Amino acid sequence: MTPPRRKRRQPQQLPPPPPPLPKPADGEENPRYPERLYTIAGTADGGRAELDLVTLIVSRSGPPPSASPEEAAVLRLCTAPLSVAELSAYLNLPFSAMTVLITELITTELVQARAPIVRQSVPDRSLLEAVMHGLQRL
Amino acid sequence: MDFNGSDTIPGPRTEDHLPHTAQSAVKIVIVGGFGVGKTTMVGSVSEIRPLTTEETMTQAGIGVDDNYGSESKTATTVAMDFGRISITDKLVLYLFGTPGQERFWFLWNGLFEGALGAVVLVDTRRLEVSFDVMGRLEERGVPFVVAVNSFPDAPRYPIEELRTALDLAPEIPIMDCDVRRRASSKEVLMTLMRFLHSLALSGALT
Ligand SMILES: Nc1nc2c(ncn2[C@@H]2O[C@H](COP(=O)(O)OP(=O)(O)OP(=O)(O)O)[C@@H](O)[C@H]2O)c(=O)[nH]1
Ligand SMILES: [Mg+2]
Repeated sequence: MTPPRRKRRQPQQLPPPPPPLPKPADGEENPRYPERLYTIAGTADGGRAELDLVTLIVSRSGPPPSASPEEAAVLRLCTAPLSVAELSAYLNLPFSAMTVLITELITTELVQARAPIVRQSVPDRSLLEAVMHGLQRL
Repeated sequence: MDFNGSDTIPGPRTEDHLPHTAQSAVKIVIVGGFGVGKTTMVGSVSEIRPLTTEETMTQAGIGVDDNYGSESKTATTVAMDFGRISITDKLVLYLFGTPGQERFWFLWNGLFEGALGAVVLVDTRRLEVSFDVMGRLEERGVPFVVAVNSFPDAPRYPIEELRTALDLAPEIPIMDCDVRRRASSKEVLMTLMRFLHSLALSGALT
């Protein structure tokens, strides 16, 4: 018996990635690795911030009296850093609903967002080596 | 949803808290057909109990699929299991198990963009279900390795025969695995990382 066969595909010409955006003035020390820099801010019309599944969210303060129950839950959960994906799982909210909620908390400066490191056109070998070392210890 | 009292929302166990120094995260995607072992693989290496996040997309014309037969608007909901591995006190790795069918590709334009790479998990009983997603990864330039999860009743092919059948570029690693075993899942991830590293060394990643 022979397995079914596939035909390899070629990379498509994709438009070049947009230039990096300036880092939000956040007083946050620069991470060791290069990263894609997101605009972390609510837009005027209330659009969602560019949050990734693995953007880490950290509370800046406890819930103010004005916080909704969902917001209070996020602020309590994020006393230690937690990814948007984990928040979405714990609060049982779909990812996009979660990002709307978090965007509001970023805008009101109740949480801080730590952007992920994404695959680069010029790959960061030290990052890859760090991941390998971490996996090796598993 | 009942949000009466956020104290009742279960969060991570204390021992699962990330340190405050956790500065950034990276992600790897484990993609494969229905029931191929994605969740099992995530669970076998994750330091936390695997969690599930959902995303819904509503769009005319998406989900050209018999199960979603309505003509105008279709809502596609996809559940993604994921796990976490702390790499250093600053860096965290997340692993996402995601279905490979075409109607879920919207995830790649947003959520999985920026993944370091992917593991394509294949089942030799249904090899062809992974063909489309492999082509998609190639087109998008997402580096991947192929892991063959061996079920007892699955046909056995020599790895080189599978490489030929899958028309893999010679440099792409392909290996057998048993995703129920942590050591085996770890070896698959290490193989992906070594592959990414070799691409970085040769400057082949674009
Ligand atoms: N014998 C055997 N069984 C396995 C192996 N890997 C997974 N299974 C079983 O296969 C079933 C499906 O595995 P899952 O990890 O849920 O697969 P999945 O890809 O997440 O499935 P869906 O999310 O439903 O698409 C489970 O009952 C596993 O215990 C394997 O290597 N060998
Ligand atoms: Mg699953």
